[in-house]
Amino acid sequence: MGNREDKQKSIAEIARDACIGCEQCVGICPVDAISMDAEDIAVVDADACTGCRKCVEACPTSAITMSEGEPAEVAVPEPATEPAPAEAAAPPSEGPTPEVWVFVEHADGRPAAVSWELLGKGRQLAADLGGRVCSVLLGHQVDPLAKEAFAHGADTVYLMDDAVLAHYRTQPYLHGVVDLVQKYQPAIMLLGATTTGRDLAGAVATRLGTGLTADCTGLSIDPQTKLLEQTRPAYGGNIMATILCEKQRPQMATVRPRVMDMPTRDDSRGGEIVTEELALAEDAVLLRIVEYAREADTSAVRIEDANILVSGGRGLGGPDGFQMLAELANALGGAVSGSRAAVDQGWIEHPRQVGQTGKTVRPRLYIACGISGAIQHLVGMETSDVIVAINSDPNAPIFDLATYGIVGDVNEVVPALTRVVKTRLPGRGAPSE
Amino acid sequence: MSERGEKFEVIVVGAGPAGLSCAHLLAKEGVNVAVVERGDFPGSKNVMGGVLYTQPTAEIFPEFWKEAPLERHIVETQAWVLTERAAFKAAHRHEDFDQEPYNAFSVFRARFDKWMASKVREAGALIIPETVVESAIMEDGKVVGVHTGRPDGDLYADVVVAADGVNSLLAQKAGLREEIPPSEAALGVKEVIALPRESIEDRFNLTGDQGATIELYCDASWGMVGTAWIYTNRDSLSIGVGTLVSQLVERGIQPNDMLEHFKSHPMVAPLLEGGETREYLAHLIPEGGLHGMPKLSAHGMLVVGDAAMLVNSMHREGSNLAMTSGKLAAEAILRASQWGEFSAESLAYYDQLLRDTYIYKDLYKYRNMGRFFETHPEFFTLYPDFLNEAAREMLTVDGLPKRNKQRKIFWDAMRRRTPWRMAIDFFKAWRSIA
Amino acid sequence: MLNTVVCIKQVPDTTQVRIDPETNTLVREGIPAIINPFDMPAIAAAVQLKETHGGTCTALCMGPPQAVEALQKALSFGVDRAILLSDRALIGSDTLATSAALAAAVRGLAEEQRVDLVLCGKQTIDGDTAQVGPGIATRLGFSQITYVGNIESVDVEARRLRCRRLLEGAEEVVDAPLPALLTILKEAGEPRYASLPAVIKGLRTEIPVWGTADTGLDPSEVGLPGSPTQVRRIFAPPQRERGEMLTADDGNPDRAADLLLDRLLADGVFEE
Repeated sequence: MGNREDKQKSIAEIARDACIGCEQCVGICPVDAISMDAEDIAVVDADACTGCRKCVEACPTSAITMSEGEPAEVAVPEPATEPAPAEAAAPPSEGPTPEVWVFVEHADGRPAAVSWELLGKGRQLAADLGGRVCSVLLGHQVDPLAKEAFAHGADTVYLMDDAVLAHYRTQPYLHGVVDLVQKYQPAIMLLGATTTGRDLAGAVATRLGTGLTADCTGLSIDPQTKLLEQTRPAYGGNIMATILCEKQRPQMATVRPRVMDMPTRDDSRGGEIVTEELALAEDAVLLRIVEYAREADTSAVRIEDANILVSGGRGLGGPDGFQMLAELANALGGAVSGSRAAVDQGWIEHPRQVGQTGKTVRPRLYIACGISGAIQHLVGMETSDVIVAINSDPNAPIFDLATYGIVGDVNEVVPALTRVVKTRLPGRGAPSE
Repeated sequence: MSERGEKFEVIVVGAGPAGLSCAHLLAKEGVNVAVVERGDFPGSKNVMGGVLYTQPTAEIFPEFWKEAPLERHIVETQAWVLTERAAFKAAHRHEDFDQEPYNAFSVFRARFDKWMASKVREAGALIIPETVVESAIMEDGKVVGVHTGRPDGDLYADVVVAADGVNSLLAQKAGLREEIPPSEAALGVKEVIALPRESIEDRFNLTGDQGATIELYCDASWGMVGTAWIYTNRDSLSIGVGTLVSQLVERGIQPNDMLEHFKSHPMVAPLLEGGETREYLAHLIPEGGLHGMPKLSAHGMLVVGDAAMLVNSMHREGSNLAMTSGKLAAEAILRASQWGEFSAESLAYYDQLLRDTYIYKDLYKYRNMGRFFETHPEFFTLYPDFLNEAAREMLTVDGLPKRNKQRKIFWDAMRRRTPWRMAIDFFKAWRSIA
Repeated sequence: MLNTVVCIKQVPDTTQVRIDPETNTLVREGIPAIINPFDMPAIAAAVQLKETHGGTCTALCMGPPQAVEALQKALSFGVDRAILLSDRALIGSDTLATSAALAAAVRGLAEEQRVDLVLCGKQTIDGDTAQVGPGIATRLGFSQITYVGNIESVDVEARRLRCRRLLEGAEEVVDAPLPALLTILKEAGEPRYASLPAVIKGLRTEIPVWGTADTGLDPSEVGLPGSPTQVRRIFAPPQRERGEMLTADDGNPDRAADLLLDRLLADGVFEE
């Protein structure tokens, strides 16, 4: 307050509203003039700031500006080092043909669909890089999966076949993948953001000392720098961030299932199989699997596989509302899911929860009944082909996302829809669960 | 674990301005004091219009403006009398208000209170958050501690200071006061509206960290007994309306509708244009004045701030009364502890101190005001209309001589209220606030 | 005797964060800082292990000085000791650098006393990466057991433990040697509601602050220099075009339902 003596000095100013507390500026400031206050918002020490503008360029939200200084001052030390394309001249060498690797996740010989979805995206990235897309397949007696990888677009399959790898365990998979990466030096490596994919990715990236971006919803190649632009939701889906890994290779990312499109299968495609040995014996592996049970054997629901989902939220008012949804789902041949609010109330079980802390779904039809549409829910279903919203509040955010919206009482609209479906589509009543 | 809970010299219940002020002064004197707060952090549950006065604050936190999180220092105060389509405005600005120590600041309560709490902690008090005090522990008619909602949750003390806000369950359960009646409670609804700095400075004629306040009357509260306000923050406005709960109930108006009515007033809307609502808050304000004031001391207990109904509704001062009452409570406790005597008589020194300050004197001065205005709605509807119509008549240039205009104003008014009635109204109004 | 370290993070309560659609900025004013909710089951499990097997339980948190509040709270839940890892050099750390710093702190603790287990939450609510746990395990060479729904048994003598992992569509029980790093799911439970004496004890505990020098970290391993990833750009999530509203003027639900089915059939939603 008050004293404005050093008028001629141009210093950094932080727009408190725009600061997201990422601390990039704090790290980059050469004179330690920026620190975080008690509310985790950056503050500038006006005396220490030299006006070098490094923080202005580093700030991802443009929250930092320079205060008005005397024109003369501004003209003098303006650092003209704009991120010129020339600067990106020396990315680490990635071999003659850049490769995009996709990890093939499988259990009991069954592949995880996300491995093929990522091959589709990997092909695009490889095309933009002028390189090829490769599958990384570790396991035991998994030759059929190599064929599937080719059918889904892989140019090459790196194969490690060993009894030690029969069932996923962190240590041998880490060992194998790291050996392969060090030998063949891929530019990019993608994994599914599943329990297995995340378990492995975090370990591999750490061992290799490279960058890893979780839960990407967008992947693209910067045409100038050829860097992988990894876009992901942050702060519980409230904002999106684009992340780069400039200096280390491979650039690693995980992607949630059903975020990327499944490529068209072409069984006539073939490719090259490169076989490598796992340099780790069973007795060197510390962890043993004592018990393993697939949930399919315990007849649990898989809402992520349903083509049609009828989903309920707080607006249903109670467990009876879900009975009503089940009738509609039956008539449509679909399954029932719910929002976090409905799960927290105990109206529906957790395996059926859609959203940030539940599952990501991508059905052909998603009918949201009495769901207001908190961002945490939307991130779990926004890629559905057709979204129908039924809600009594015309201002509910779900309507901003919906393909079709009906404002009305769910207790009237849902039974009406069930009647209409039963009348006009009598043959559909084959439940998918 | 000991059978009995830990014993402190003083337990302050509630980390608002009253409680923190009291705890700060005690801790600085080396008293072993604990502050028990139900919110996640001190300030998280606290609401006020948004203006903090320097003098009472500086008595507790000297030169606070040098480090506390403040928004703008207030250089200009305006008062507007609104009718449906007009405003009669008065404004005052002084250069003195633009210099240290400044007269008042706009602040965000949550941020400011968090800062105050850090000072209280530095002074040596223990602040216990996320803990609800359920009632006082009574032994032989004396308050000797508090029951909290946590397991093994009893705490003991020589004195418990009830600074737990307008509803003060603590003071109620200790038998010092009743639940607040709707005619003695006002509901304040408030919004923080984000606007670019430059817009605020243009619209309110400010530069740098200067700030302005506007108090608005009459149609601002939809003709109900109450007031509205607009305060400038750095890059937002704090706006709000407060009115008696009894009147809202009587007229069947939702608090939010009252705020919307105010925001859409043709004199108000342009100030808010383009703004984005960032926060919406509602809070009860004790309006009982001197009549509503409960018993303030008992054996082992003092009541401060909103819990003691210490709000000057005429000048809408609450936080400064709270801080001053907290300070006086601390003084009374320090004297009592010197004597080693925490009886009702000993602690009644607090009442005596209050009586000698502006708090009691102001509350005494306005003791009949609330009831008067409640029973004289014409001050919120008819008279503002006279005022604005008179101004309009005098300022409209239409060829009529000014003398004729005065006559017209006079007779228009006379038709709506006889001179005798008017004289009585104003005499009574003056009596209620003089 | 089983000595456990539980790693926690202080995070903004993202359920209360919202974005200002006009300015595309995060509104963080007055958002409370909380212990990452996914860390709570890890705290609960750590306290439970100590109560069952004896030994110690230490909470470790990397963050700004005000993160002591999270550690005070952890103490109130029954953790014996708390260490804050806080240093300017750590600012700007990504998950790789964060795991370097936390692993170094665990090594520091191990110099005083053997560390048998490190527990983490499954991920944080602000970063949502689930990468730091595996990073710490890899750096320390500990058995890595993620997504643990239940610690079935610990054989302190044989220095092995059994955990039930909850995976997508499957469950498995694994047996691994100590030392191990576990990421714990909410199925493991929540800490008990803290008693008042425990809260007060937490508030009064002087929490030591370790910097890079105390943990023998090279500043180039952490902070921006130690972070291979950089945030290039931040923006608001794309808004979809608002869809077609089919509400009938007379509010008749049957007509709206009919209209909806017309559209869905036209879109080919039901085609095989």
